[in-house]
Amino acid sequence: MTALAGTGTLTRLALRRDRLAIPLWALVTGGLVASGPGSLGGLYDTAAARAELAASMTANSSMRSLYGPVFSDSLGGLVAWRFGTFGAVLAAVASLIVVVRHTREEEETGRQEMLSAGAVGRRAPLTAALLAALAVNAAAALLVLAGLAGQGLAGALALALAIGGTGMVFATVTALAAQLTESARLVRGIAAGVLGLAFVLRAAGDSGDASGDSVLTWLSPVGWAENVRAFAGERWWVLLLIAAAVLAQTLLAYALTARRDVGASFLATRPGPAAGRLTGAGALAWRLQRGSLLGWGLGFLLGGLVFGGMVEGAADLVGDNAKAREIFERMGGQEALTDAFLATMVSLFGMLAALYAVGAVLRAHAEETSGRAEPLLAASLGRLRWAAGHLVPAFAGSAAILALSGLGLALSYGHDAGAVLGASLAQLPAVWTLASVAVLLWGAVPRAAGAAWGAAGLCLALGWIGPALDLPRAVLDLSPYAHLPRLPGGDVARTPLLLLTALAAALTAAGLTALRRRDAQL
Amino acid sequence: MTNALAVTGLHKSFGRTHALDGLDLTVATGEVHGFLGPNGAGKSTAIRVLLGLLRADSGTVRLLGGDPWADAVALHRRLAYVPGDVTLWRNLSGGEVIDLYGRLRGTGPDPARRAELIERFELDPTKKGRTYSKGNRQKVALVAAFASDAELLVLDEPTSGLDPLMEEVFRDCVREARDRGRTVLLSSHILGEVETLCDRVSIVRKGRTVESGSLAELRHLTRTSVSAELAGTPGGLDRLPGVHGLRAEGPKVRLQVDTDKLEPVLAALLAAGVRSLTSTPPTLEELFLRHYADTEVAS
Repeated sequence: MTALAGTGTLTRLALRRDRLAIPLWALVTGGLVASGPGSLGGLYDTAAARAELAASMTANSSMRSLYGPVFSDSLGGLVAWRFGTFGAVLAAVASLIVVVRHTREEEETGRQEMLSAGAVGRRAPLTAALLAALAVNAAAALLVLAGLAGQGLAGALALALAIGGTGMVFATVTALAAQLTESARLVRGIAAGVLGLAFVLRAAGDSGDASGDSVLTWLSPVGWAENVRAFAGERWWVLLLIAAAVLAQTLLAYALTARRDVGASFLATRPGPAAGRLTGAGALAWRLQRGSLLGWGLGFLLGGLVFGGMVEGAADLVGDNAKAREIFERMGGQEALTDAFLATMVSLFGMLAALYAVGAVLRAHAEETSGRAEPLLAASLGRLRWAAGHLVPAFAGSAAILALSGLGLALSYGHDAGAVLGASLAQLPAVWTLASVAVLLWGAVPRAAGAAWGAAGLCLALGWIGPALDLPRAVLDLSPYAHLPRLPGGDVARTPLLLLTALAAALTAAGLTALRRRDAQL
Repeated sequence: MTNALAVTGLHKSFGRTHALDGLDLTVATGEVHGFLGPNGAGKSTAIRVLLGLLRADSGTVRLLGGDPWADAVALHRRLAYVPGDVTLWRNLSGGEVIDLYGRLRGTGPDPARRAELIERFELDPTKKGRTYSKGNRQKVALVAAFASDAELLVLDEPTSGLDPLMEEVFRDCVREARDRGRTVLLSSHILGEVETLCDRVSIVRKGRTVESGSLAELRHLTRTSVSAELAGTPGGLDRLPGVHGLRAEGPKVRLQVDTDKLEPVLAALLAAGVRSLTSTPPTLEELFLRHYADTEVAS
């Protein structure tokens, strides 16, 4: 088939370029899930302890919104519950990054032009990118299978395929998005938006329905992964649904890619103004960053509105047996549960906001290494003023999106608007701390600036799955989020907030000092 | 002689922009063909259509006897392409990229030829993509193209980053390619390069071919500069057809004349008695400038 000519060479090129990233993503995704039996098994070593955990977690709607219901209280079932969604989302993120890198980014940089002038079929670049994504997902799935085989081969296989399959669903979503627009950045934004929506749909569905069969959950590919029900009477046919989605999206992306020009897209680029009104470095940085900020702001507002609407139902008693009632009372009854749900949502937004902030800071790094900053810095513009242009959207922008998420929550919840908004903004010192780590890395070790993503990802992982692993306090405390007061409902502890803000300021100052002293990365 | 390339009435629009508006281009097998035009004339768009990267809106395009869109893969095994702006992968070495492009053409490059070209272009193939300068990135693409021994070389402003010494190496490589019977389509802004290398040229403007032919033919359509020192005063030079810019200072006369009207002018000068005479055929640059100036007025 000539449409696929050159796929082998292009796949080898992709694997060569990502020879570190692909194994690393697979190791993180698969390894985390595979570590589940060890960590959870030590904590809940009797059947009674596991049954207790399963009952209380399924009764708690804020827990369900994060992890989904517990379908089985076997050790394998608990691992699938605690790590399944997280693993599926990680696989999706890895696939998204890999596919954009080998499709639209190649076209945007112009490299694809020279590749396509070789004996390369029209479907080959997309196929190579999907095969690279398949390599990540297959390796991660194998790790999951190996790590969980001891808990039952069928369950391990189901979970491995569910996680790898979700990765491939989002690899093909990204492949479709890559046909739509000429900007790799926008492709990432669209695909990440779809992933965010899928997560919110599943969270909303599971929060309102402990059976896992809510319509909202079924609308979400992340929900499909959960509904494979690994270790809980596997529903193998759900894997067929996943496979069908992957196949359909691949065929659609193929059809689109064969119909378009190399470098072109289906959403046309509009012409810009003939005369420029950009007044300086700050205005330029704002112009470059505003699209991303707008997208995040909109996503946070909508997310807040959705989750805010779920607050009332969150405290509803799940099931009417005595056991559930007992758990319900022990968790503090209606008011405490409402607060717990709000606090969980607020901290989820807080952790996600760090991704925006790190991305905005590293945008300056990308400007620098791409050479676009060179003529700016050669003009009468100091490095600090140039950097400030990007740091203001990063720091003020994260405040803005957190405020929007709080606003969304408060609007659709309808009570305690001040407390909810305040709780949202109380996440800010931790967000700023992670952003300032990015500034420090960029300033002091620019070649390792990407490690800021690692830091943000680590904090997300610690916050999302850390507590269940009963990790030592010292490890959990590495995350700035561990030091935030749990709001609303808890005490407003000002000291940690102030200390974190001071730490963020100090790290930022150190990063900027280093930035001024080092060579520009051109 | 067959044509390596035959394009007629090629149209391509991007939204409301008509990048190509009825372009014609014929390149015979075995010739070096210059492809000239101002920025934004549609040269690169035309080349991308020839490579099957863009789909033509209308018109016929035959490349090496095939359709560049439908038969892209088979045709690309027989051609090599060098873009004007070469971008490389930051963490791949130049040598890796050369071999990659070779493999994508079907067979890898001949090792001896590859080594020879790397030597001639003074390229360090072990350096990573991010550390190459513009000129060196271009050398990577040029080595890959010349090492391929493809039937057709499509070169889109391939020397824009090269130093004069390397430009000379490039010219030698193009001549060798022609001597081996290869066809070269060379888009360029460096008119001296086109003048020394090309057998025929096509000039495009606003997506149309405005002139096409050998340099001799094109010169025929343009003006020759004549300056002479005379014994007497020639009469009626300014009344002769095709004479422009006549300036007479005592015995010295300078004028430009349409090349096909040269004979009567020389006759008139001879009649007045010639002491010295220089006649300069138009450089490609003059041809180019004049052509655009004229069309500008006409449009």
